[in-house]
Amino acid sequence: MYAFDVTRPKTVADAVAALAGEDAQALGGGQTLIPTLKQRLASPATLVSLSAIDEIKGVCKDGNSLSIGGGTTHATVAAEAGAYPALAELASNIGDPAVRSRGTIGGSLANNDPSACYPSAALASGATIVTNNREIAADDYFQGLFTTALNEGEIITGVKFPIPQAANYQKFVQPASRFSLVGVFVAKYADGVRVAVTGASEDGVFRWTEAESALSANFSASALDGLTASANGLINDLHGDAEYRAHLIKVLTKRAVAAAK
Amino acid sequence: MTKISMTVNGRQVTGDVEGRTLLVDFLRENLRLTGTHVGCDTSQCGACTVHVNGLQVKSCTMFAVEADGADVGTVEGQQNADGSLSTLQAAFQEHHGLQCGFCTPGMIMAASSLLKNNPKPSEAEIRHHLEGNICRCTGYHNIVKAIMAASGQDVSNIAAE
Amino acid sequence: MPKDSGIGASSKRREDVRFLTGKGQYTDDVNVYGQTYVHFLRSDVAHAKINGIDTSAAEAMPGVVRIFTGKDFEGIGGLPCGWQVTDRHGQPMQEPGHPVLAQGKVRHVGDPIAAIVAETREQARDAAEAIGLELEELPAAVNMKEALKEGAPKVHDDLTSNLCYDWGFVEDNKAAVDEAIKNAAHVTTLELVNNRLIANPMEPRVAVGDYNAANDESTLYTTSQNPHVIRLLMGAFVLGIPEHKLRVVAPDVGGGFGTKIFHYAEEAFVTFAARQIKRPVKWTSTRSEAFMSDAHGRDHVTKIELALDKDNNFTAIRTETYANMGAYLSTFAPSVPTWLHGTLMAGNYRTPLIYVNVKAVFTNTVPVDAYRGAGRPEATFQLERVIDKAARELGVDPIKLRRQNFITQFPYATPVAVEYDTGDYTATMDKLEEIMDLSGFAARRKASEAKGKWRGLGINCYIEACGIAPSNLVGQLGARAGLYDAATVRVNATGSISVMVGAHSHGQGHETTFPQVIAEMIGIDESQVDIVHGDSSKIPFGMGTYGSRSLAVCGSAMVRATEKVIRKAKKIAAHLLEASEADIELKNGKFSVAGTDKSVDWTGVTLAAYVPHNYPLEDIEPGLEETAFYDPSNFTYPSGAYACEVEVDPETGKVTIEKFAAADDFGNVVNPMIVEGQVHGGIAQGIGQALLEAAVYDENGQLQSASYMDYAMPRADDLPFYIVDHSSCTPCTHNPLGVKGCGEAGAIGSPPAVVNAVIDALASGGKNVGHIDMPLTPHRVWKAMNQ
Repeated sequence: MYAFDVTRPKTVADAVAALAGEDAQALGGGQTLIPTLKQRLASPATLVSLSAIDEIKGVCKDGNSLSIGGGTTHATVAAEAGAYPALAELASNIGDPAVRSRGTIGGSLANNDPSACYPSAALASGATIVTNNREIAADDYFQGLFTTALNEGEIITGVKFPIPQAANYQKFVQPASRFSLVGVFVAKYADGVRVAVTGASEDGVFRWTEAESALSANFSASALDGLTASANGLINDLHGDAEYRAHLIKVLTKRAVAAAK
Repeated sequence: MTKISMTVNGRQVTGDVEGRTLLVDFLRENLRLTGTHVGCDTSQCGACTVHVNGLQVKSCTMFAVEADGADVGTVEGQQNADGSLSTLQAAFQEHHGLQCGFCTPGMIMAASSLLKNNPKPSEAEIRHHLEGNICRCTGYHNIVKAIMAASGQDVSNIAAE
Repeated sequence: MPKDSGIGASSKRREDVRFLTGKGQYTDDVNVYGQTYVHFLRSDVAHAKINGIDTSAAEAMPGVVRIFTGKDFEGIGGLPCGWQVTDRHGQPMQEPGHPVLAQGKVRHVGDPIAAIVAETREQARDAAEAIGLELEELPAAVNMKEALKEGAPKVHDDLTSNLCYDWGFVEDNKAAVDEAIKNAAHVTTLELVNNRLIANPMEPRVAVGDYNAANDESTLYTTSQNPHVIRLLMGAFVLGIPEHKLRVVAPDVGGGFGTKIFHYAEEAFVTFAARQIKRPVKWTSTRSEAFMSDAHGRDHVTKIELALDKDNNFTAIRTETYANMGAYLSTFAPSVPTWLHGTLMAGNYRTPLIYVNVKAVFTNTVPVDAYRGAGRPEATFQLERVIDKAARELGVDPIKLRRQNFITQFPYATPVAVEYDTGDYTATMDKLEEIMDLSGFAARRKASEAKGKWRGLGINCYIEACGIAPSNLVGQLGARAGLYDAATVRVNATGSISVMVGAHSHGQGHETTFPQVIAEMIGIDESQVDIVHGDSSKIPFGMGTYGSRSLAVCGSAMVRATEKVIRKAKKIAAHLLEASEADIELKNGKFSVAGTDKSVDWTGVTLAAYVPHNYPLEDIEPGLEETAFYDPSNFTYPSGAYACEVEVDPETGKVTIEKFAAADDFGNVVNPMIVEGQVHGGIAQGIGQALLEAAVYDENGQLQSASYMDYAMPRADDLPFYIVDHSSCTPCTHNPLGVKGCGEAGAIGSPPAVVNAVIDALASGGKNVGHIDMPLTPHRVWKAMNQ
């Protein structure tokens, strides 16, 4: 790693101030950033650790919405997001127990790894990403591979998930990294069904709108029978080509619908 | 350099570290607690697993300064007060849950964390919990068996002894 | 009734206590006062000419002690190859130089170009970034068959081509084999790849070089399976340091699996550099570095043909294999696809005619050498796959086809130059059918189908040659070293025993099992015996641990030395008891005179040996310490039958292992618990090869699976509990313990069982695919079933 300082502000305001410094970068749980730093692929002057900021931690049900602080670890979400079981289940399968002790929802969404789990949940739920100075709809937030609507120095302080009538996440793991080779999150709301796919696309998480229409009309696996996910723009790598990923999208979507509760 | 202090295995320790100093380097280099191992640089193998404030973490994926003020537990602190092996450690020996020993500290720390939250885990729960701890020697058979035995479960019917 | 101590007891491992409490001493735990750290600047391209290395800016960086390049190693020996293969035409293999640091060209991603020695690791790495490199990239030879074509990029300009050797075995059989295949009633042909693997012991390699100018002594601490081999190769062939001035220590080593046998550039570098800068130099590999600098394993492309007569008897086997050597010849690389592979092509079967052709090829990839099983998994895989395919083609039961062709008379001389001393392949197959509950398979398949899964059963046999090796035989085959081993049994005055052994334990539990043998021979408690290993200054010249040899070879040396000790002790006892030596019996740690109640216990004799007040000094020397070297007269031949049941998810191609059983014949077993642990670990690596692991290069020679993000290591939830049995026992006839070796069996025996099971599962779902190359990832299985 290159040399850098690590600061540990205790409030969002202090963190925002620290991030205004030259080459300052936010550090969430560090589960992706630290390996990146080890490869010397980033050279911040200062890392602003968000792990000491209590005001952005915790899970809270607010009417029909679940608010999760940006600094909340996957382990905490897995344990405390019972009001949104599919989300808790998703969190309980991210990485491994040690990763879940440190990794945070805010860190995951800010990084927007194309194979991460959380982006699919946020997008399929039509969640709202709350930052230190605004609220961003999930549909506007994810802007491609490792790219989001966040500005420099902007911190995710929380995420608001509308609680669906039924939902499920199906993760088909890439056997080495245990990230999603393909992951599909299906969420059924009174006004329709949303389907978000992670792991598959060269542009990161996306919505499978054809499936959404079909499922909004008929929320059953068989509603997808006539559909085919397009292989255009999907990832070709060691672990699966675009055609296979397209195939998996449909298989996993069907399974998610069948398992949704 | 930043001055940090923390409790490691019940003892108060202090040290001067750089921002980039990983917790594992602080343990191994500053404190010479070399039981915690480094087996990869992509945060997957789990040989460096320790407890921070009671939570299982990979000490290679956490900066030492972030553990300032924390209560840290390593494999060196897992024995009983009289120095004898803990129930879990003894089960690993009894059931041959280790061979080269390199992943073992991480396995012990991961398993003790599991048993704290889930005193009688099923085979599947154990295997799932060990997802972030790679062993190249044992094929996991005897690790899983040792953890089941440490939790008081009958392991006499597991394959051949 | 299981024993509770001695040979046959599952004694608990004494080494566990230090490992379980964080008190192990691995090489990275070694820190020498004043040590510096080295970072290797490695090539990030597969093949390039080095037009310039500018270290001036880097040398001025903070903390830099000295920077070395290939120039510093001019006139110093390169890394030697320990085995010379002779080709079909009687010519020696092509053998390129292997400099410690690249000279003139880089030949694989990871090839070290410069070594930066600095006060801290990060300073060394900072300085590496300031080195100005002028690399002129060249086209890379990656695919073996392409690399042999006219006009292909040459890995080594001074060789005539990328062909290391074209080996034929047994060349004199070739015409007869060709004829038999032409006239066969049926010929099954299979083309397959034995996937390139990376051993990945959990402890990355580490080397610490220290130099004491006061007495001109060098010490190397290294993660090695064989410290004496490293001392010999590095001292004599690379650095020219006489052995009495060179100490090599391999302390606790965190797994080896073959990849820590070899002498590596980093070991020679730290030893050399410490002498140059007069300070200790430490190198700790990162895992990322390990992927591009540890020798890889396997990587064969094979075509095998099996000929059968009208009654389904095997009549001939012909194989053609391309074996990847990588960019340089690693220490034992040439022996793996030849003598450790060709000699095993008979397997467990009576096949009168066999011809094996191997073309070893240089490519711009990391060197390839022995990995757990080394040649024998490659032989077993192709043989057991082609037999399964033949059974399918002929519509016969694969178990029946195997049984029909089993070798049943021993000793058995194969047509590929080895003689099996013992074995009972029918017994292991019978045992397998029992422990796997094969009769219940149909019901299990039905249950899987009810869940929408296809269930398959795969079985296979294996035989391997281990206990490496008879020196005179391997000498004829090209080995440049003897492969005996040695042990010194030092009995202390009060009767406890220190045993200095040439074998090295890096997970195998020698510290527990070796004392079991001596304790049994003398009749004392195991706790009275300690093993010393891993330090060339403490142990006799032994060849280390690989090829499942430790107990069969080093253990035999230990038995021989102990026998010498007992013979001498009996003389002393005879003197003390005033009896004839011939009448002395040793039982339960007590020497007695036959037919009398006169006796002296073990410690009475040992004390007399060191306090020789009442002692036959005119006949024998005081003291009680003996050394023996043991050179085996043959390999040992463990064998067995393995079975695997898988479920395939027809929608995704995902394979899960539902049941796995291994019935082995290891001859006599000293510690069943440890033997079973070895089999478990071997099976896990075999399943890893079959389903998960692959080192993959792109066409430019970039390693795509360069970390655990892309190289799939088997994890706990990929694997089942295994059913293992070693009750079938035909003791080895030519070593004193009757033991065979169990370290590699699991890795040799399991891949074909897994693949056979998947092919069977797909067939049950109506998808008849001839073969799928390993690893059988969901993607590959899905592709195969949707072709």
